[in-house]
Amino acid sequence: MSALSRDDVAHVAMLARIQLTDAELDRLAGQLDQIVGWVGQVNEVAADDVPPMSHPLPLTNVTRPDEVRPSLTAEQALANAPEAELDRFSVPRILDED
Amino acid sequence: MSTQARSAHSEDVVGYDEALTRYDPVLGLEVHVELNTATKMFCGCATGFGADPNTQVCPVCLGLPGALPVVNATAVESAIRIGLALNCQIADWCRFARKNYFYPDMPKNFQTSQYDEPIAFDGYLDVDLDDGTTFRVEIERAHMEEDTGKSTHVGGATGRIHGAEYSLVDFNRAGIPLIEIVTKPITGAGERAPEVARAYVSALRDLLKALAVSEVRMEQGNVRCDANVSLRAKAGDGATSAEQLAVPLGTRTETKNVNSLRSVERAARYEICRHAAVLDSGASILQETRHWHEDTGVTTSGRPKSDADDYRYFPEPDLVPVAPTRERVEELRATLPEPPAQRRKRLQGEWGYSDLEMRDVLNAGAVEVIEETVAAGATPAAARKWWTGDLARRANEAGTAVTDLGVTPAHIAELDGLVRDGRLNDSMARQVMEGVLAGEGTPMEVADARGLELVQDDGALEAAVDKVIEANPDVADKIRDGKVQAAGALIGQVMKEMRGQADAAKARELILAKLT
Repeated sequence: MSALSRDDVAHVAMLARIQLTDAELDRLAGQLDQIVGWVGQVNEVAADDVPPMSHPLPLTNVTRPDEVRPSLTAEQALANAPEAELDRFSVPRILDED
Repeated sequence: MSTQARSAHSEDVVGYDEALTRYDPVLGLEVHVELNTATKMFCGCATGFGADPNTQVCPVCLGLPGALPVVNATAVESAIRIGLALNCQIADWCRFARKNYFYPDMPKNFQTSQYDEPIAFDGYLDVDLDDGTTFRVEIERAHMEEDTGKSTHVGGATGRIHGAEYSLVDFNRAGIPLIEIVTKPITGAGERAPEVARAYVSALRDLLKALAVSEVRMEQGNVRCDANVSLRAKAGDGATSAEQLAVPLGTRTETKNVNSLRSVERAARYEICRHAAVLDSGASILQETRHWHEDTGVTTSGRPKSDADDYRYFPEPDLVPVAPTRERVEELRATLPEPPAQRRKRLQGEWGYSDLEMRDVLNAGAVEVIEETVAAGATPAAARKWWTGDLARRANEAGTAVTDLGVTPAHIAELDGLVRDGRLNDSMARQVMEGVLAGEGTPMEVADARGLELVQDDGALEAAVDKVIEANPDVADKIRDGKVQAAGALIGQVMKEMRGQADAAKARELILAKLT
């Protein structure tokens, strides 16, 4: 039985705002299911006494003091913005998403 | 969602008292607190309010590729102190997580937050209600996250999302440290549930202020509240509270951005009445977010509530775990201030205020300033009289805070000293205050400059008393006959003779000495 259904892929694609055709969904559902299966092999070698790892380094509490550092200028911040107005990023209306 | 479904049409509601006869309300509150750190949660950009747009941003808080976040040490300490003040456990070890969703005001397309490993959990806050009782609100968790940018909607009416053609985004606020404090379901409050909600947010605000971890200005969005409301059937007349608690919870709605104390209470009350109408009609509550409308006092449908799964949380790989040592936690515990409710009771006792007087002081937000004024040498009675009386009225007229009038606790203490030393009477003290408010200097300087001083020369006062007695033989006779209260009429005239610069008590003494 596959771990990842075609509906799962369609749902995740919607969450990621990626539009997929039916053909793409069919193909990706199969491929992603295989990937999940391969990654799942890790479970077979990880014993109960091996905790899941989110960081490869045994570090904790890496912090910085609460001291202000220079920021970018508005011009620099907006340099790559496709649209800007009044020193702000201009974005399409979000009505339909809300 | 279609525009039509979201348009504000009035929905059926049931009267509040009636709703409470059939349903038991359960609330849950999520409060976001903006910390007052100098820099953002994960980068060194400044956090000051009101800077020019996009001038407090950098590659980290703009979510530019390759930028690496580093945690603000002070923000973590503030989070731990908040957790401790809320009687929470502090995690030995916890991680940040990515909460993935798309919104234009969030540049990374994920919010760096905490998921199943909050820094603080399992606490409570005792909340004082208007009737003098205390209600314990249990805290589920307090976790660290970051704020979003700020959108201005252009093209629609009055900057609201609805009808906007496009939006302009300023990321100065993006990345400012937030602590989200989540209550456990608040049950058993019955008809007082909305009041408990308001009192909780109020108590939380006082606590955060005492901790000095946030500016706590609700009107500036430093403290933002989301109110979850659900109703469940009443267990029936005569049911025990255990029987009521056993009834499963109903479907909840989450009313977003209820950003004043009054609104928290009103929004909860409105949702209770609306839920009751929906349930009465046999329909079911849709799990969704609701928008609160301050002007009309109603909520309208927002978006369907996402499943937590849809956020695809996973541990943040760019940040290492936070693991506060127990020693550090205890050091931070030692920095906690006296709990605000306890402090209020202590100060009321020390100052000798009645419950009513103390309530006035609290409503005027004058506790701190009175404390400073008393510390500067004024009597508690004088400090209260000035700060909650003339000065509060002035501040109200000017639309400013009482502490922004240019009058300091030291001024009040000095003025009170002049009154107690017998140099000024009450009406002169008020004139001196006018001068201080007008920026003429300290009370002493104003009194000197305006020549305000009670005449200490008993000869002049005595002459005035004699003159007034002579001019009013009828009144004088009455006093001789024992009608001591008639002296008031003469005192007024003596004060007039002295052009106000006399001690009324002394004038009365002299009048009575001469006539009785």
